[in-house]
Amino acid sequence: MSLAAETEKQGLRDWLLAEVPTSRRHARMAAWYQNWLALRRNTLAMAGLGILILVIIIAIFAPVLAPHDPFTQDLANRLKPLGFGSHWLGTDSLGRDILSRLLYGSRITLYIVTLVAIIAPIMGLIVGTISGYVGGWVDVVLMRITDIFLAFPKLVLALAFVAALGAGIENAVLAISLTSWPPYARIARAETLTIRKSDFIQAIQLQGAGPFRIITKHIWPLCISSLVIRVTLDMAGVILTAAGLGFLGLGAQPPSPEWGAMISGGRKYILDHWWVATMPGIAIFMVSLAFNLLGDGLRDVLDPKESGR
Amino acid sequence: MKNLNGQRKWLSIPPIVRKPVSTLSTILVTMVGLLFITFIIGRVMPVDPVLAIVGERASQEQYDATYIALGLDQPLLVQFFYYLNDVFHGDLGESIRTGMPVFEDIKRFFPATLELATIGTLVGIIVGIPLGVLAAVKRGTWIDQIARFVALIGYSIPVFWIGLVGLLIFYGILDWVGGPGRLDIFYEDLIPPVTGMILVDSLLAGDFEVFYNAFSHIVLPASILGYYSLAYISRMTRSFMLEQLNSEYVTAARVKGLSESRVIWQHAFRNIGVQLITVIALSYAGLLEGSVLTETIFSWPGIGSYITTSLLSADMAAVLGGTVVVGLVFVCLNVLSDILYRLLDPRAK
Repeated sequence: MSLAAETEKQGLRDWLLAEVPTSRRHARMAAWYQNWLALRRNTLAMAGLGILILVIIIAIFAPVLAPHDPFTQDLANRLKPLGFGSHWLGTDSLGRDILSRLLYGSRITLYIVTLVAIIAPIMGLIVGTISGYVGGWVDVVLMRITDIFLAFPKLVLALAFVAALGAGIENAVLAISLTSWPPYARIARAETLTIRKSDFIQAIQLQGAGPFRIITKHIWPLCISSLVIRVTLDMAGVILTAAGLGFLGLGAQPPSPEWGAMISGGRKYILDHWWVATMPGIAIFMVSLAFNLLGDGLRDVLDPKESGR
Repeated sequence: MKNLNGQRKWLSIPPIVRKPVSTLSTILVTMVGLLFITFIIGRVMPVDPVLAIVGERASQEQYDATYIALGLDQPLLVQFFYYLNDVFHGDLGESIRTGMPVFEDIKRFFPATLELATIGTLVGIIVGIPLGVLAAVKRGTWIDQIARFVALIGYSIPVFWIGLVGLLIFYGILDWVGGPGRLDIFYEDLIPPVTGMILVDSLLAGDFEVFYNAFSHIVLPASILGYYSLAYISRMTRSFMLEQLNSEYVTAARVKGLSESRVIWQHAFRNIGVQLITVIALSYAGLLEGSVLTETIFSWPGIGSYITTSLLSADMAAVLGGTVVVGLVFVCLNVLSDILYRLLDPRAK
């Protein structure tokens, strides 16, 4: 590394760690950097982040990394054990390479997780902030609806939704989102209630800003950090629910290499050909563990009073 | 903006009346809301309920007659009231798959789930609470790390996968436990059903051979469910205990020279009892849900596998009936824990 680059890097670091911020952007960047430094000290959280980055890389480069085509059947070589020829993790009941299917399956998992991580918090954010800001009977009605959804066991409700909508990844995503927004609404409402009486909101109101502008421009940004923690912690549960739906044949449809569906496909052979059902489970476990570790770490950094739970 | 929570108008009513009334209305609203959701799910189902009854070849007149007989020409709200009325009379429709009223089916399947979830929760309580207390007392040591690790695994492993692996190891390889199902096939129907829970029924009949066989079948699924309950209970116990151990009265008790076990169990632990009841009720409700996938793996004839097998044969009445029952039990457990909390915790009065 050249000297110039090093001084520049040092300069950036100093700029980020400056005691007195010079601009709003500077303050925000500095806060992010401080949080990042705190997170970096947490080994387990960094391990989780590492696994997730690895999974994203695998998902992007699946066609390059996979030794075989995930859909090509080879009935002569079905149910071959680990390390058979170039099939490192063996083959399934149709002779497809398990490793390649796992690598491709990471795309489906990330797809589901990303969509749910976008849809559910936004639904919750809209309901929660409106409920908290408007108050009165709107609040009562919206929170009652939230409570009703909370009262339902998630997986069973998701099952019923998918049963009604028909099996498939998109419907599974919709069903999971419809069952997981209520906690976000609760969080967003609680945040809104603490914010809405504060001076800066009243200042904006006096300047003539309407409720829509206040909610979207001034309340939403302040709800983000507590939502991000909750979303990260919930993603493990989303992965498990999605895999469960796939396992029951309600998520991704064959021949799609979805991990839950792969376990279901190997279920019949569990006693004699254990690897077919076992390998996808390890993949699910790794990814949801990674989300749990990262979520725990983020909570320690961003929300110290809740840490240690 | 005034009268923020609508509290004002309640002020004239004394609290002794107000609380039960508001709790009751909360339960009612939640239950009706729950039923409304299942009703809507039943309505958006793309399958035409009329066609399912009259068949493809029916004439237009037959179709219309059935359409009206099913009440589908009525406004949605009226249909919902019919549905509510049916449900409150225990009529959840008829299962296409079994040809029986869904209510009867559920009555038959529910005890198996109850048995499984109860034993699972017992495992969770017996192992989880001491583990949580220990982790809090020995905070930061290896015991705490192990407890954390145990919980983390519980939050990250798919229950159906661990069920399969458990079957592979303990049934397939070691042959320590019974396989899928509640009993070996030659023990079936030997004892008269009283409660529907085989462990209880076999004891009532004094048949220890059946009891032993049933036990060998339930031990694996119940331990797996118990593990999930344990993960949750131990985590919550730990955080409740930490809160107590950091408070001043604990320090005072220690300064007085009380033995450490007395401080922990008689002072700190007694104060978290009420919170733990809520946690246990929630985990019990969670196991009813967790049983859906576990029962599928273990061919356990409970409400979970009833819902999933009905799903696969597009038997919507059965699916929704099962959903309604699980949802109602869920609500009841929540309310029960809430009531217990109020009764037992003097601060909540």
